[in-house]
Amino acid sequence: MNSSQPFAASARLAWRETLIPYVRLIAHPFLGLVLGVILVVALFPIVTNSPTLREEIFLVLMAVILASSVNIIMGYTGYVSFGNIVFFGLGGYVAFFMMLTFHVHLAVAVLAGGIFAALFATLLGIPVLRLRGAYFALATIGINEAVRAFVNNFDPFGGSVGMNFDYSFYDAYGGAKNALWLAYYAIVLVALATVAASFIIKQSKFGLGLMGIREDQDAAQVLGIQPARYKVIAYAISALFPAMAGAVFFFKNGIIEPGPAFSLTASIEGLVAVMLGGFGTVAGPIVGAVVYDRLRSFLLTSGAFSELHVAVAGVLLLLIVLFVPAGLVGELRRRVPWLRKYTE
Amino acid sequence: MNWEALFASAIDGIMLGFIYGLAAMGLSLIFGVMRVINLAHGPIIALGMFSTYLLTTQLGLNPYVGVVLTLMFGLLFGIVMYLVAVHRVINQPELTTLLATFAVSLIIIGLGTAAFTTTPRALDVDVGTLQSGAVTILGTRIIAVLIALAVAGGLYGLLYRTRVGKSIRAVANNRAAAELMGINTTAMLAFSFGLGAALATTAGGLIATLFAFTILAGGSFELKSFVIVVLGGLGNPTGALIGGILLGLLEGVTTIFIPVGWVPVIEYVIFILILLVRPNGLLGARA
Amino acid sequence: MSRSIARYAGLGLMLALFVLLVAACATPPPPPPTPATSAPQPPAATSAPAGGATKPIVIGFTASQTGNLNVESKKQTQGLQLWLDDVKKAGGIKLSDGTVVMPEIKFYDDESKTDRVQALYTKLINEDKVDFLISPYSSGLTKAAAVVSEQNDKVMLTTGAADDKTMEQGFKGTYQLYTPASRYLAGAIDLLKKLEPNAKKIAIVNEKDSFSTTVANEAKAYATAQGFEVVLAEGYDTGTTDFAPFINKIAAANPDAIMGGGHFQDGTTFAKQLYEKKVPVKMIALLVAPADAKFTEIGAGAEGVIAPSQWETPVTYSPESAKAANLPWYGPTVSAFVDGYKAKYNEAPSYHAAGGYAAGLLLQKALEDANSTDAAKVKAALDTLNLLTFYGQIKFSTDAKTHGKQAGHTMVYIQWQKGADGKLAKQIVFPLEAKTADAQARQ
Repeated sequence: MNSSQPFAASARLAWRETLIPYVRLIAHPFLGLVLGVILVVALFPIVTNSPTLREEIFLVLMAVILASSVNIIMGYTGYVSFGNIVFFGLGGYVAFFMMLTFHVHLAVAVLAGGIFAALFATLLGIPVLRLRGAYFALATIGINEAVRAFVNNFDPFGGSVGMNFDYSFYDAYGGAKNALWLAYYAIVLVALATVAASFIIKQSKFGLGLMGIREDQDAAQVLGIQPARYKVIAYAISALFPAMAGAVFFFKNGIIEPGPAFSLTASIEGLVAVMLGGFGTVAGPIVGAVVYDRLRSFLLTSGAFSELHVAVAGVLLLLIVLFVPAGLVGELRRRVPWLRKYTE
Repeated sequence: MNWEALFASAIDGIMLGFIYGLAAMGLSLIFGVMRVINLAHGPIIALGMFSTYLLTTQLGLNPYVGVVLTLMFGLLFGIVMYLVAVHRVINQPELTTLLATFAVSLIIIGLGTAAFTTTPRALDVDVGTLQSGAVTILGTRIIAVLIALAVAGGLYGLLYRTRVGKSIRAVANNRAAAELMGINTTAMLAFSFGLGAALATTAGGLIATLFAFTILAGGSFELKSFVIVVLGGLGNPTGALIGGILLGLLEGVTTIFIPVGWVPVIEYVIFILILLVRPNGLLGARA
Repeated sequence: MSRSIARYAGLGLMLALFVLLVAACATPPPPPPTPATSAPQPPAATSAPAGGATKPIVIGFTASQTGNLNVESKKQTQGLQLWLDDVKKAGGIKLSDGTVVMPEIKFYDDESKTDRVQALYTKLINEDKVDFLISPYSSGLTKAAAVVSEQNDKVMLTTGAADDKTMEQGFKGTYQLYTPASRYLAGAIDLLKKLEPNAKKIAIVNEKDSFSTTVANEAKAYATAQGFEVVLAEGYDTGTTDFAPFINKIAAANPDAIMGGGHFQDGTTFAKQLYEKKVPVKMIALLVAPADAKFTEIGAGAEGVIAPSQWETPVTYSPESAKAANLPWYGPTVSAFVDGYKAKYNEAPSYHAAGGYAAGLLLQKALEDANSTDAAKVKAALDTLNLLTFYGQIKFSTDAKTHGKQAGHTMVYIQWQKGADGKLAKQIVFPLEAKTADAQARQ
């Protein structure tokens, strides 16, 4: 009995020791700044009661979630997941199915979709993350296509026709109008969580381990990091948030189909945002996603250029890859050292 | 069991497999020579379709003359693309070249959609049919297979019977050593990239003589090419041709037994499994 | 040397991107796009009667100007534009208090994609502030648009969208003009029975979209009930170009008739490849594609193909037949519509074109009946409509669950037959009371 006393005390101490850095992280000025900016922007449509602004910011936040998530596996860990959209689609499908069939609340469905995708990523990651470089990238494309083809034929999910809510479905949420606002609050929450997670990982020992794997997996292993476990956890986290975003997005749309859910183009637009803003930084994917999404929606509705948004994305990506591989934030950090304190 | 239907379907599949194989050879050749996975492969196939289409409908050429000119166009396009988008990052990690070629793919898709829209186009080529019992074979498919074989044979001859081919193989084996031997590696790399693109556009041109297409139509052939190169071994063009025929046969046979919609699921699962278990390909290519 | 160039290029790019970022954040919502509106019209005020105010309204929709639905969608838009011309020629829609309602249309290209449809309808409602909506073409796109329309309490007339299920979810402001999909192939099955009493086996191969899937499922049930054996029932993906795997399977199943298809592009290709592969069946009945005259571009492959149609030029709806049926008549006569369409577009109208015109016409009628542009009053007016037009009878279900579903309109079946001049001509072959020629079995 007595002998366990000091052990409990030391366990408590260890627990505190592991917790304190996180508390300090959450109180970090950079994180506060970023979350504050997102919150202020997110409040705009609520204060002005503008559905137009709400729809626009919804898409921007979704782009931020997708880019920040893929950055965790790609930027921090160095594994380029070309098909990361598969988690967005899977989360959307699982959540939609649960809402449609079991009438669970959106909040429950979002969590379930997220957890399902994270588990799926864990199981999938164990074999697939053994592949390196281009082989891994190819495999993620294959996974996205395999899942899309599967869902396309999977009758419980509606096959290629997909699923849609009966319109009366939204009555449970106080009517369709309220449901649209609810979806907006949900996406704001998911976005805040994604950015916070992205920052905390970057600053933690775990994140350091991931970056060790990125630089030299074998050396990292020698230093006592278990690459397999680290990578799988990173992959699961990069699956969690897109899945939650997918759940919210398709709840708002009221309809889900394989094409829009598993769009390889959307997947790679996330990569473009990461490269544009800055690979491996916290702020980079956010900046990249905002810039890219605004540019995209501007081009999409600008008559003459509506077809060209894809080409513009291509030119941007090519210029970045060839000339500014560090991205906007990365380049800024390199050139203006005093800014490093305010960017991560 | 209906043997006639199975036979007819297998023949259809194999014939299509030659064209899959031709397209995949391009992807495989580029990877073999410079370790670059060309993510613009699908859009380049689509460019081949449109090149043949425009040559035929605008200049009134015979579609098969159009296919031959499309081969030249692909060669040029590939060389330019290499010099502009790939050469600068050729020695960087694979991620960089993946993103660079993907950027080109976005540019082609974007400009192509703006220029041609996504409304399907079709070339109406009719050269009769060959019929025997339950099996009806379209003349267009026979010609497409013959052209695919001729181009594949030409590539083999080029790689193994000419000085240029020898240089390309030297560059593929050891770029630094080839450079020391006085080979202009940049020229060889650009030429190989051009050859890879030419194979893709030729395949595209042949597809255009068979089916309707849009600027996005290369996508499914690109994905099939991925499956094929992993079947035949990344970087092994001969393996790619055999892989293509295998995939065509697989499609032809399985569609008789299961709903056609499930075939892609099987293909991608095979793809992932081979990547995991034998990343060098079923046919055992060079590592 | 080249390194420094790269550095400057990099710096320049950074600068450009930064400017872009600032611009993207600083500029208020992007300038209104230049949508493809109809040709500019002279100021409406000139045609308003003295004393009455002119009230402009905007009708918004998306059209598939590109993508795999472009053929049908173009016709639908043309029909609607012809209606707009007619209204303007008549000096607008006059309400009893002397107000003249002057409609304009505003539309974007949805590229035949669902996700574009939802984004653009949101934009039409929130940014362009349109008053009323018309659906895009096709059931799949309409289903997506209807959600947005209902979420925003708009009135939307759907045309070119026949799927039953879309209209069975308790909509409040969505009204369907097409005869629902569940009836599309029933007539073809009846016809097969009459034409080939010995026929036993049917193969159903359809596009896997919401409309065609509904049609195929209903046809399967109906065929079985009528004593046929469905020997093959399979779907193909939207955008399929190679039908060889399906044709080989059909040949293996050895059916008497092939039914199915989906929309114009795939249906046309399917018919062409069936012909090339010389599949010996007595009847081919396909959805949508054969009803458009462009279908005959595949030549001999079109001969004998049967299709359900919402409307054809020889239909006999008239003010007299309205009287006989004890229904009010509204709008132009069949020949006035056909002549007007031919004068404007140099071709005979297809049923998609007629549906487009009818959508405008019904909205016009509802505005007049409501005597207002208020959405709630227009809804009430649409609920009580029951009338005959050049397009046929229109009556909407008012049952809560199926509210807005079409309950009055009926269909005909057409077949492409070789005339005495050797040219292919479209004939109505079913129902028998409306036929212009007898149906023929394929040789």
